[in-house]
Amino acid sequence: MAKVILWGSLSRLAEGRKEFDIDAPNIDRMLTALGKAAPKLKPILDKGVTVSVDGTLYRLDRFQKIEPDSEVFILPKMAGG
Amino acid sequence: MPLDRDIAPNPFKVVGHRHNRPDGVDKVTGRAKFGADMSAPGMLHAKILRSPHAHARIRSIDTSKAAALPGVKAIVTRDDFPDNPAVLADGELTNIRYNVMAREKALYDGHAVAAVAAVNPRVARKALSLIEVDYEVLPHVVDVELAMADDAPILHDHLRTEGVDGAEDKPTNIAERLELGHGDVEAGFAEADIVIERQFRTGAAHQGYIEPHACLANVSGDGSGEIWCCTQGHFMVRDVCAQIAGMDVSKLRVTASEIGGGFGGKTTVFIEPVALVLSRKAGKPVKIVMTRDEVFRATGPTASSAIWVKIGAKKDGTITAAESELKYQGGAFPGSPVSMGAMAAFACYQPKAIKAIGWDVVTNRPKQAAYRAPGAPMAAFAVESVIEEMAYALGMDPIDFRLKNAATSGSRSSYGPTYSDIGLVETLEAAKAHPNYSVKLGPNQGRGVSCGFWFNFGGQTAVTLNLNIDGTVALSVGTPDIGGSRASMCAMAAEELGIPYHHVQTIIADTGSLGFNDVTDGSRVTFASGLATIEAARNAKKVLCERAAKMWGIAADAVKWENGAAVPAGPNAGEFPPLTIKEIAKQAGETGGPIAGHYEISADGAGPSFATHVVDAEVDRGTGRITILRYLIVQDAGKAVSPAYVEGQMQGGAVQGIGWALNEEYIYNDKGVMENPGFLDYRVPVASDLPMIDTQIVEVPNPGHPYGVRGVGETSIVPPLGAIANAVAAAVGARPEELPMSPPRLLKLMKEQAAPLAAE
Repeated sequence: MAKVILWGSLSRLAEGRKEFDIDAPNIDRMLTALGKAAPKLKPILDKGVTVSVDGTLYRLDRFQKIEPDSEVFILPKMAGG
Repeated sequence: MPLDRDIAPNPFKVVGHRHNRPDGVDKVTGRAKFGADMSAPGMLHAKILRSPHAHARIRSIDTSKAAALPGVKAIVTRDDFPDNPAVLADGELTNIRYNVMAREKALYDGHAVAAVAAVNPRVARKALSLIEVDYEVLPHVVDVELAMADDAPILHDHLRTEGVDGAEDKPTNIAERLELGHGDVEAGFAEADIVIERQFRTGAAHQGYIEPHACLANVSGDGSGEIWCCTQGHFMVRDVCAQIAGMDVSKLRVTASEIGGGFGGKTTVFIEPVALVLSRKAGKPVKIVMTRDEVFRATGPTASSAIWVKIGAKKDGTITAAESELKYQGGAFPGSPVSMGAMAAFACYQPKAIKAIGWDVVTNRPKQAAYRAPGAPMAAFAVESVIEEMAYALGMDPIDFRLKNAATSGSRSSYGPTYSDIGLVETLEAAKAHPNYSVKLGPNQGRGVSCGFWFNFGGQTAVTLNLNIDGTVALSVGTPDIGGSRASMCAMAAEELGIPYHHVQTIIADTGSLGFNDVTDGSRVTFASGLATIEAARNAKKVLCERAAKMWGIAADAVKWENGAAVPAGPNAGEFPPLTIKEIAKQAGETGGPIAGHYEISADGAGPSFATHVVDAEVDRGTGRITILRYLIVQDAGKAVSPAYVEGQMQGGAVQGIGWALNEEYIYNDKGVMENPGFLDYRVPVASDLPMIDTQIVEVPNPGHPYGVRGVGETSIVPPLGAIANAVAAAVGARPEELPMSPPRLLKLMKEQAAPLAAE
């Protein structure tokens, strides 16, 4: 199962939990599972987050593959100039 | 799209070489068409009435006298931008609409209140003077910390602080509190032999693009329309304008003009929806061109900030903990780049414990817009100031101290994820080895170092490549060229196809000609449009090989592409002379029709970029004037497709950083009115202020791009603020904590804190 780590402020909406072990084949399924595990997080996840999988940032691709040993971070929505 | 390790190590024939930019001649001869250059038959000219108050309730707007003025064809106010489902469903779109045309309140000096389209600009201006607005002037606030106070004037009665428990019932100007980090910072500071903490402030700087916003909108009687405008993202303009105006997206076509600078400031809309609604109302084309005064007062500068930083280190130079609190005001609406600042603040280093708290605050200023690496330069200024002070306090060379703590490939970033291949160490080592770093300095001169980081992004991208009958190539991309990207696209297409650089012509296609493209931002274009260009060319090569196979009467997989021609893939395929791209193109009609390649992607894997800047500055102790003597940039570009433009991006970012550090800021009077909305009083650096900016490109390939490309457009503005402040601190013996370091501010600092001359 991939280790999913929440960006600091999000843990407030997950009863203080910072990490989740989630078995999901891709970002989309991982976010769905995370939203179920921590329902207060769901509106934030639906609004849009950036997901880092093994160090690569994904702002859009919800079907990026996640390996069982992947390191996944949930980060704020990001933008550049 | 991974690094193509079979190709990347080989010498490139086109990529990495220096070519004339395809838009160069038109730009230096005045033929290039910018936003204000488009006209249409029967065109009207529009002007916008703007609030003279920083904060005021709009009781009523009476346009009757203006409407009666001969030559006035249409007037719009808030009533002409009604609610619709698309706007109501999207909070940011709601804010953009409010920013484009004030609703119940004017929220800043310069906020649009009404607009008039008339037969000429003079009549439009006269009509503005006839519009009667009944304002109830309200208390205002423009300072980030004052806006956070309990007794601050409230901009939005509905606003509540996200990220704070129990904040649900209290109106506030704090839109969000965020926190990130890892490790135990208290334990880290307890472990430290030395701890330094300081409080910093930065002013709001404008992107300072030369070309003011301009657009021409033309809505037909059948409800379809088109917009011509200067923008960093015409697909964004189409979608936002159509939704605000309640139009089907398919009925609006947007063409991006040449752009006279954007730097992030043209990633949103200001005048385009107004022109569109005026045109629909008047039944005529409507043109709006902002004045410089309007650009300053009503478009988006970056956030101003107040930042506290605390860093602890051991005697051997190991950083044990780093903590910061960042307060950013982003103008009248939520959305300052504080989260980006908080994540980027310590991204160059790898202390085992990090904590960053960010506050997103609204004030009575124009809605901030992105500005090159939004949020990062001010955070880096604060952090790099303390880093440099820490190095000297420990008796270490500033670059050696940074090298000891530098983020490396495989280290955990301050914002969480583990870095893949990054090149910070390479930039530090190159900077230390550069001759500039060993130049002996004179009296009142100082040297400063700073590192900088930016995430870089990809985004939605669509590219089409069409082969012409003579074997040349027409490449259509959907990302406006704000930094020479057409040259890079030409180079990458030519590289893949094996044809000369000048055989590829790249255009920025309109919104009706390509799939959706995200705006040109996030240093994404050379990476993402380049990636799509490479793949489109590879798809075209497949078609070219199929056509050659057809002409030779052999299987398609028995043909390969080599040096701009189809050749048999091996001895078993038969013996055929190479079929050049020109020969295949000439017979395209007879072999199956037009030959093209296209590619669509949501590109990710941009790969972060790091830089190290070294500045030598001299201070005039009598006047407070700071002169930049030498400026060195070393930056990781992954693979520099067009080295001259990479260097240009590096130099441009540094120069904008110099302006931000030394002079640029929004100055407000006690009524909340901006006092310096023009280039005479808002002073950007000019050529005579600057030395030659020395550049050195480092190439640590990005594993997420076939050629290893990283974005380079934003990182270069991250280090200058800190590097210059560090140079000035070294020169005067006192640390600047507030930007810009304008002469009065520096004189005050020297008077209050500077070490006496004898101590230098």
